[in-house]
Amino acid sequence: MLNRTDIIYRYDGTWEGLLGCVFESFLHRTIPWDIQCWDEPQLSLIHGRVVETDLNKARRVADSLRTRISVDFYDFIKQAYLTCLPDKELQILILIHKAYRVGPQILDHLTDDTVSKLTGATEQLRHEAHLLTGFIRFSLMGAILVSQIGPKNQVLPLLAPHFAQRYPREAFLIHDQTHGMALVYRPYEWAIVPMTGLEMADPDAEEMRCRTLWREYYDAIAVEGRENPRCRMSHMPKRYWRFMTEFQREERILPYGPSILQ
Amino acid sequence: MDTFEKLRILTDAAKYDVACTSSGVDKGSAQQGMGSAVACGICHTFAADGRCVSLLKVLLTNCCAYDCQYCVNRRSNDTPRAMFSPRELAELTMAFYRRNYIEGLFLSSGVYRSPDYTCEQMIRTLEILRHEYCFNGYIHVKAIPGADPALITRLGLLAERMSVNIELPSQEGLRRLAPDKSKAAILRPMGLIREKVQESRYELARYRGAQAFAPAGQSTQMIVGATEDTDLRILRLTESLYRKYQLKRVFFSAYMPVVESPLLPALTVKPPLLREHRLYQADWLLRFYGFTASEILDESHPTLNPLVDPKCNWALNHLELFPVEVNRAPREMLLRVPGIGTTSVRRILAARRHTTLTFEGLKKLGVVLNRAQFFITCGGKKPDGLRITENTMLAALISRQGVSRVTQELLPRRLEQLSLFSASSAITQEDVQQCLTGQI
Repeated sequence: MLNRTDIIYRYDGTWEGLLGCVFESFLHRTIPWDIQCWDEPQLSLIHGRVVETDLNKARRVADSLRTRISVDFYDFIKQAYLTCLPDKELQILILIHKAYRVGPQILDHLTDDTVSKLTGATEQLRHEAHLLTGFIRFSLMGAILVSQIGPKNQVLPLLAPHFAQRYPREAFLIHDQTHGMALVYRPYEWAIVPMTGLEMADPDAEEMRCRTLWREYYDAIAVEGRENPRCRMSHMPKRYWRFMTEFQREERILPYGPSILQ
Repeated sequence: MDTFEKLRILTDAAKYDVACTSSGVDKGSAQQGMGSAVACGICHTFAADGRCVSLLKVLLTNCCAYDCQYCVNRRSNDTPRAMFSPRELAELTMAFYRRNYIEGLFLSSGVYRSPDYTCEQMIRTLEILRHEYCFNGYIHVKAIPGADPALITRLGLLAERMSVNIELPSQEGLRRLAPDKSKAAILRPMGLIREKVQESRYELARYRGAQAFAPAGQSTQMIVGATEDTDLRILRLTESLYRKYQLKRVFFSAYMPVVESPLLPALTVKPPLLREHRLYQADWLLRFYGFTASEILDESHPTLNPLVDPKCNWALNHLELFPVEVNRAPREMLLRVPGIGTTSVRRILAARRHTTLTFEGLKKLGVVLNRAQFFITCGGKKPDGLRITENTMLAALISRQGVSRVTQELLPRRLEQLSLFSASSAITQEDVQQCLTGQI
């Protein structure tokens, strides 16, 4: 293992920026004390070095990772970058150093500290994305399907192919409150763009009718005599509930009056 | 009657059907329509009873010509009746699907007028969905026993999965509780579906433009606890259904006393939820762990042990095969260690190619050792400081929750079912120990 130095790399938070840090680390044959985002407040006295994002260098690193280690490995660390692991950048860098020594089979070394940490984190990311493919609720606003989520990990890149396949002819938007990003789709292309806030317009009558029908269904489908709140909560943690139609009950008192529902 | 009331009545009538999975098939999207399906299935929400809600599960109608004793929709029951029109239901499905409330439709129905007429109405609904709305999501449809084979074939070509409920685990039970149904009438459509599925697999592999018939296979369900059938009988039936009819899933549903009948358990009887849970655990052992029904239960032990799960029970009765050396044991044997599941086995196999596994290493793999530690060694060693006495094993193998659930749920009634215990009212520590060490 190379020497740890008391330098902190500071990068712009993008994937290309992180690859730039990898380049920097290999160039100077050192592993930094930590890798942090520019936006994070600098809390330590350790000297920070700003690593400018250079797309050319990033491409060289990506090409090398894909050809000299493996495409699977590259995809793995790209997913690791999306997780909410606090020191993911440093762990990714250490893993890359190890991978150049061991080869692509490094990912099977599950008892290795770095591998097990990053494997755990990516599993959590995939699990959260999988849950959200079910728990996301769209509202029809005009002709656009709009939805909001508050995930721990950056799940939008994982959700995009799923929903693009599911609603190929719709236009939809999924807003990630936690990370201030949004997935925007219109037939047949998608993009992930920064978006800080999202004001939801008032739902129209048809939308209200659908929501009420869904709540009606949700209440009716449970079998009395088998209530099991713990089981429900372990399958569907409460942090997802606030975005889900079936738990948003205040709308029951309708501004329009119930007649419009018919 | 408005859609709200219909939805309420027809959901209420369908909710005792347990199957609500959307798994078994990967479908890319049709560029023109809407919808896809993924093989692992997606749960869209969980109901207050903790069950996954994946599909819009409703009956087309709850008017029924049959009079099955255990069923809420039997013709002699005084309950509000409703009926969706095919278009109404198709529109509702699309509105829900578009907002990502559901993964697709689960369509069942009471027998209205005749099995053939009911079947035609169901076909109409699915045709509107598939052809007019170009719906490409998941559809699970019930085959109506007694309907014309040609109609069942048309249904299967429109759906991902088909199912026929076997209802009760024995013919005697059927005769007593569902006089209008017979074993043969239930098994006939199952056989038909099996043949059609096989046929369409063969054709899909050979011809372009061949149509898929129920590509996610067929499933069934049976009610547990309405009749006196033993777990052994249920498990044997399950095994033979998997073998003979190539079912994808067999579901169990603990009998909910919904009707007063001299033939059935009283209304005050609680549903045997723990028994249902144990049956599902045994079912998983059959499907994913290479067990056979005769290994799990035999004539002298016809009931699943309520205190420990079936795998643990098996291990305790075969202590001569343990401990297992994690670094050398074959996959089949690792799968039989209590507390080690398929995921853990996969990780162990990957990791031990590069390193010698220790207990520390196993923890890093995410293997939960609470139960497994009694049955494994790492490099010939037991975990440090582990004392294997009956008491420590007991504490680890059965949860406190498990004991209290058993005492509450099973003992006050049906003592005769538990040959494990003497007629005393509560489980004593001694009983538990004897039970675990195989003395009973």
